Amino acid sequence: MSARRLAIRQPAEFALSAKAKKEIGVWVKKYPSDRQRSALIPAMWIAQKDAGGWLPELALRELGDMLDMAYIRVYEVATFYTMFNLEPVGTHYVQMCGTTPCWLRGSDELKAMLTRKIGPQRSITADGKLSWLEVECLGSCSNAPMVQISNGDGDHYYEDLTAESLEQVLDALVAGKKPEQGPRNSRFSSEPEGGAMALTTKNLSKARGTMKKLPNAEKNTKINYYEWDPKHRRATKGGWVDPAVKSSRDPKKRPANDGKDLTGGIIEDEPKKGKPKRATKPVGKKPAVEAKSAKPQVLYTDGATDGVPDDLKLIKGIGPKFEGELNANGVYYFRQIGAWKVADVKVVEEKIKSLATGRVKRDDWVKQGRALAKSALKKGKT
Amino acid sequence: MVKLLEDKDRIFQNLYGLDDWSLDAARDRGAWLGTAAMLDQGKDWLIDQVKSSGLRGRGGAGFPTGLKWSFMPKEVGNRPHYLVVNADESEPGSCKDRDILRHDPHLLIEGCLVASFAMQAHACYIYVRGEYIQERNRLEAAIKEAYAAGLVGKNACGTGWDFDIYMHHGAGAYICGEETALLESLEGKKGQPRLKPPFPAGAGLYGCPTTVNNVESIAVVPTILRRGVDWWTQFGRDNNKGTKVFSISGHVNKPCNIEEALSIPMKTLLEEYAGGVRGGWDNLKCVIPGGSSVPLLPKEICDTVLMDFDALREHQSGLGTAAVIVMDKSTDVIKAIARLSYFYKHESCGQCTPCREGTGWMWRVMERMVKGEAETSEIDMLLEVSKQVEGHTICALGDAAAWPIQGLIRHFRHEIEERIDNYRANKPIFVQAAE
Repeated sequence: MSARRLAIRQPAEFALSAKAKKEIGVWVKKYPSDRQRSALIPAMWIAQKDAGGWLPELALRELGDMLDMAYIRVYEVATFYTMFNLEPVGTHYVQMCGTTPCWLRGSDELKAMLTRKIGPQRSITADGKLSWLEVECLGSCSNAPMVQISNGDGDHYYEDLTAESLEQVLDALVAGKKPEQGPRNSRFSSEPEGGAMALTTKNLSKARGTMKKLPNAEKNTKINYYEWDPKHRRATKGGWVDPAVKSSRDPKKRPANDGKDLTGGIIEDEPKKGKPKRATKPVGKKPAVEAKSAKPQVLYTDGATDGVPDDLKLIKGIGPKFEGELNANGVYYFRQIGAWKVADVKVVEEKIKSLATGRVKRDDWVKQGRALAKSALKKGKT
Repeated sequence: MVKLLEDKDRIFQNLYGLDDWSLDAARDRGAWLGTAAMLDQGKDWLIDQVKSSGLRGRGGAGFPTGLKWSFMPKEVGNRPHYLVVNADESEPGSCKDRDILRHDPHLLIEGCLVASFAMQAHACYIYVRGEYIQERNRLEAAIKEAYAAGLVGKNACGTGWDFDIYMHHGAGAYICGEETALLESLEGKKGQPRLKPPFPAGAGLYGCPTTVNNVESIAVVPTILRRGVDWWTQFGRDNNKGTKVFSISGHVNKPCNIEEALSIPMKTLLEEYAGGVRGGWDNLKCVIPGGSSVPLLPKEICDTVLMDFDALREHQSGLGTAAVIVMDKSTDVIKAIARLSYFYKHESCGQCTPCREGTGWMWRVMERMVKGEAETSEIDMLLEVSKQVEGHTICALGDAAAWPIQGLIRHFRHEIEERIDNYRANKPIFVQAAE
């Protein structure tokens, strides 16, 4: 265990904001009425965020009063749990995992870099922007080495780091940018680098069929799909949707009913084998481009034909690696990316395997490309 | 040739988050299908099914889940029953629950409803580790969706059963993964484990009957019921049935998480999914097969060992949380274990003397062993002290701190001795093998 104490220098005044109090109120309601103390840890976390990343003694006392607890019980918890900072931290507080799985993959290099850039652990840089601490396993071991960076925008994991890529992240943060969280290589989450080896079967996410009864069931209860909703409708992001329309989600992702039994015979195929209804009745949107008919018109196979290629790295989500790959596949300009349709994205994802994780859609490259192309055009005119 | 698990038999079809996590998408993947029918079969049927599936807890100890459920009082007395889900995943090497929380939260929520009903609990708390901030926000969002769709809450799934589910979080204490420490923490106290008995099934959260289960144990239950016990039991050897999410980290070419059948050979697991050991299989030095708490295994055992509870136990290790930490020949294995000793020293809650003092002592001796600055006789002393810590504490953290060191001495004693000799002879203490 580690001995932790409250900071010697404490602010003369501190009071929780109304917003923080309201949030704590939400937490208190989660527990039985005489067990409000249960909300202490979440409440402390909220208070720490409210106080700028650490817990002054006055905040602890205020929590004690709010939750009707003796102060010592609050101090006890604050000093026990290591996520509560008892001393001020930098605007961007870096917690670097140094436990064996991260150590095996080079956390010592991160440590050396952090010491060089920021100084010893717990010290804050002169501008007050950075501080760091070596912590124990943060639970992202298959994406080691990694850090968690906490700041006003929240708490983000940066994974699959090298000393260089972490330094880039820190520089970006200090410069006021918001670097994307997650792995710094081509991975999306915990899949192996270079594309998942499992869960790659197409049409795995099969449209729901009918299940007659549960295996081994004693009572033959009817399986009713919309059983929880008497009107047989279901909630979606866009509101309530009639069950006849199966989903408003991207229809491209939804496989056609290919009649294959993917579920070990329990979930049977839909009785109707024809065209799925959603194709004729899309929800409030134009029919999406058919994958087969629309050939992408936006790839240049003969190199950058129109002067200097754009700096695609300006698009959030594209780094030097993706830029190189995009160039190699005939994409050089913002306007090309801006003009991508669903089918084009698909083609690009097929060509560049590491993009097949849905990155393009997630970061909205198309919109970004369109905006950048527009601003480039404006600049050209003036 | 070992047959690999097919994609259709994987429970967590969105483990990598390549598809949407939300309710719509989760339903398309089969979640929340026939949940009301499961509840309609009654609690005895549910517990029976889980028992006959042979599902063993996925949190480390491998205790049969159905049996654990059956320890709860049969009838609800004047104290309410609680289900608490242990999502305080902090075992070094383990990162599987995180993927379930962030990418397939609905399977967990559905499992909570089924398990709570089986144990007649109207309320369930999911204790997420403090650092998983994005994950707990995701879980909170998924819970909101489930409430909005009437899947949980009053009259959950239209079955007439009232069920409330809450997300709770901790604040970075490894010890809170121990079930009674978790309950203490959930009550707003320091996470110091309680003496057992009374067991949580008798007096747990707020003194009420409580069952604490791991995320994965709960999240697999609805799928087992949907697809049937026969489907589940075709995977793995006897007493080690089903599929399991493995987290592979360390010196492999492509670290990853992967759901596979239990009893898959370790070599197959590493070579098929993780791109093999860095520098080839022969470059393997040792593997920690189940998260930091279990003893490591040298290559000779790794060549043939199966990844399940019993096979690893036979080799004096354990499956733990199935977090496979791979070390190749370039590794300073003494330092690797010393780092784990530091971890346990840091995470000991300070309640029991053997652990509070012992973890610090063992770490300090380990640090000297890393440098070779020790007596050969101290190796036996270290082993002896680790035996003194093991089994003499309220919870298993003392054991967990002792086992890695015991494993190291069991299999790599010669390296420690060699290092001590080198130090005395003024030779380089550790020469890193070429990759």
